[in-house]
Amino acid sequence: MNCPLPQAISPKSTQFLPFYTQIRTKSSIFDCFLRLNLSLMSIFEYNGSAIVAMVGKNCFAIASDRRLGVQLQTVATDFQKIYKMHDKLFIGLAGLATDAQTLYQRLVFRLKLYQLREERDMKPETFASLVSAILYEKRFGPYFCQPVIAGLGDEDKPFICTMDSIGAKELAKDFVVAGTASESLYGACESMFKPDMEAEELFETISQALLSSVDRDCLSGWGGHVYLVTPTEVTERILKGRMD
Amino acid sequence: MTASESMPHKGGFSFDLCKRNEMLAQKGLKQPGFLKTVCFDLLRNNDLGYFYDGVILGADTRATEGPIVADKNCEKIHYMAPNIYCCGAGTAADTEAVTDMVSSQLKLHRYHTGRESRVVTALSLLKSHLFSYQGHVSAALVLGGVDVTGPHLHTIYPHGSTDTLPFATMGSGSLAAMAIFESKYCEGLSRDEGIKLVAEAICSGIFNDLGSGSNVDICVITKGKQEYLRNYMSPNPRTYISEKGYSFSKKTEVLLTKITPLREMVEVIEGADAMEE
Repeated sequence: MNCPLPQAISPKSTQFLPFYTQIRTKSSIFDCFLRLNLSLMSIFEYNGSAIVAMVGKNCFAIASDRRLGVQLQTVATDFQKIYKMHDKLFIGLAGLATDAQTLYQRLVFRLKLYQLREERDMKPETFASLVSAILYEKRFGPYFCQPVIAGLGDEDKPFICTMDSIGAKELAKDFVVAGTASESLYGACESMFKPDMEAEELFETISQALLSSVDRDCLSGWGGHVYLVTPTEVTERILKGRMD
Repeated sequence: MTASESMPHKGGFSFDLCKRNEMLAQKGLKQPGFLKTVCFDLLRNNDLGYFYDGVILGADTRATEGPIVADKNCEKIHYMAPNIYCCGAGTAADTEAVTDMVSSQLKLHRYHTGRESRVVTALSLLKSHLFSYQGHVSAALVLGGVDVTGPHLHTIYPHGSTDTLPFATMGSGSLAAMAIFESKYCEGLSRDEGIKLVAEAICSGIFNDLGSGSNVDICVITKGKQEYLRNYMSPNPRTYISEKGYSFSKKTEVLLTKITPLREMVEVIEGADAMEE
């Protein structure tokens, strides 16, 4: 419980050189990253993302954009940001893509350990606490990730929640947003959302909110990916969006 | 995967990513901001021969991330023990984690001793944790409760120092709230007068401080009883809800649809004859 704080890290970062060269040879994406001028850019804006989840009547929807970029250059337009944890539980990870994927792998690992031990699926509330604990453990050296969790709990009650990168839970009854387009998403969802929407109306609302928001954000967009989850089925849809 | 990652951690912080993040910071990348909660205040009504003897905690419900309002109705009054609650300002994850941690330590302590938790126990646990992290765990707390020794109200600063006061405020709205307390607090307030005063102090934070906003939560703790008045006041309701809501004339263009039916959960009935023969 009483881990000492790390020694102040020397500003002469020669110790990182081996790390740097290693990455250069391995990944062309990170090659550009290290050469570009990163001044004043937030680490959350490096890859770009937009994630939103909304609650309907006994259902929920979670949607993301599909862009993976390295600053202003687009690398992929079919990038997965929403992951299925089990049939009725999804997590969207906004922020630095490398951390998102690492975090996802750790979450799958912990979720499987739970399923083996308990012989049942994890409730969304439990999963949110797990994510929060994993993020807070790295309080002083966080994953640059902002998760959005959405799931159907007991008696198919929808649950949505988001967190900051160190695991401060934010539970909401209506909608949650994350990513570089979060400001425009807040605005769009705030005006478009209605309580107790049926599945198809919810899909239309979340899609319109997502598409109109990412059109005002350079770093996200290139289509959308929507999961619509009802107690009986999961509908996954790819949306057409602006490609600029 | 390293050995430390192959099994879930037993607790404590992990500093694995510190070096990498420091490297990124030196490349000029701005470090992220965290969710903050800011205003709350509370007061103790210490009666000397009057009717009322308890503590009233109050808080607004706004959480911010930089200039953005991240949550319009969050809960800042945290449960510590049945007779102790705690308001948290500062980094939201820290206030949440630190109160949850101490709350579970208190519960274990109660199982061990079989007695009601004391407010000073919670105070010591909180301040020793905060002090050992030298202010890096940025939780500014107001701790209130009633135990066998009477009503108590303490403030705890992120570096681990504490105050014991008849009325206290914390967070960015603390100045606005303290102005109300300084002008209107007196000894021997009744329960309703106390609640009214705390609500007024919180409202002063809500309306005069930008970091505080939305609703007023109140928690009243008296001997053997506590009342959590969630959204005691809602002075800022939404005024601009469209009655018809939005309707979208043009449908979203869908490129691909995949529908996966979920399998029915099989009910296992315990004790029933599973199979004949």
